[in-house]
Amino acid sequence: MSVHFKKKSANTKQDIPTASLPDIIFMLLIFFMVTTVLRETELLVRTTLPQAEAIEKIEQKRLVSYMYIGPEKLEGTQVGEPAVQIDDAIVDDLTEIRNIMYRKVLEEPRMIISMRVDREVETGLLYDVQQELREAETLRINYSTTREAPSGG
Amino acid sequence: MPLLQRRTSREAEIPTASMADIAFLLLIFFLVTTTINVDSGIYMQLPPKLEEDTPPPEIRQRNLLAVLVNSTGDVLVDGEFMQISQIRGEVVRHVTNEGRLPNYSENPDLAIVSFKTERGLPYGRYIEVLDEIKSAYIEIRDDYSRQVAGVDYTTYKGQLGEDDEDAVATKYPIKISLAEPDPGVGGAAAPAG
Repeated sequence: MSVHFKKKSANTKQDIPTASLPDIIFMLLIFFMVTTVLRETELLVRTTLPQAEAIEKIEQKRLVSYMYIGPEKLEGTQVGEPAVQIDDAIVDDLTEIRNIMYRKVLEEPRMIISMRVDREVETGLLYDVQQELREAETLRINYSTTREAPSGG
Repeated sequence: MPLLQRRTSREAEIPTASMADIAFLLLIFFLVTTTINVDSGIYMQLPPKLEEDTPPPEIRQRNLLAVLVNSTGDVLVDGEFMQISQIRGEVVRHVTNEGRLPNYSENPDLAIVSFKTERGLPYGRYIEVLDEIKSAYIEIRDDYSRQVAGVDYTTYKGQLGEDDEDAVATKYPIKISLAEPDPGVGGAAAPAG
């Protein structure tokens, strides 16, 4: 019995064929290259997102434009006054938002603005920003939130 | 002649043994820098810009469910003080009323939930309330979808073709109105107009 086994295993090759390994790795590589999004902006404001249950995913990532609202980051862990950041700069004058957004929406009319707002920012500032967005007619917005762990209710 | 011979004897091959290592290095780089997580959140449509002389659309009082939140987080729904957890049931009752109770909506198509907060309210609380309202709509849509198709709304929507009509969304449109903010309070930005 055991002799038979030995014979069989002795005849078959022991090593895994590695010729296709580069191809497999390349496949994985290409997948990650396609799906990757390099972080292009440095956050100048703190955005601790709130949690919510009733959330949807934005499928068309190309349409998304980000806006960050939160207390400005200072040296160390200190934070300052709430500020609005679009792309890589802080917007000093809120009325500039309409021009910035108007230019953006001309390029992509179906643009969705993802609002990444810190949970402690007062809604007054949010309203001011939204009024500006309405002026620029960028009406599709998304309040970015993280998923809440589903509770009993 | 001897020159030609020497040339043919040499093997003109690129060594491919290190190819896997190079690919691995690149792979690891992209693995580290990648962010797979898709952006998710609560989708809202802002009301269009107000034209100077268009009167606001007339909405009958019973079709409007006014959710007011003050800066300390107290909730007032149609004039009644409420806990945040009660909002969901109230919205469901309002939208699915179909004209039965006199102070709720006439039909889901006319039902509007108006959401307004004081300027001092923290954004976290704002989202909490908005989430409740949105959850109520999702609950209604799921229920109706189970009635007509036997599956929840997300599954139903996934089954729809490109040109199929979304019967659930037509029956229960989400109408959350972000009300006009009070002008002049705080005065941080120039009011519209």
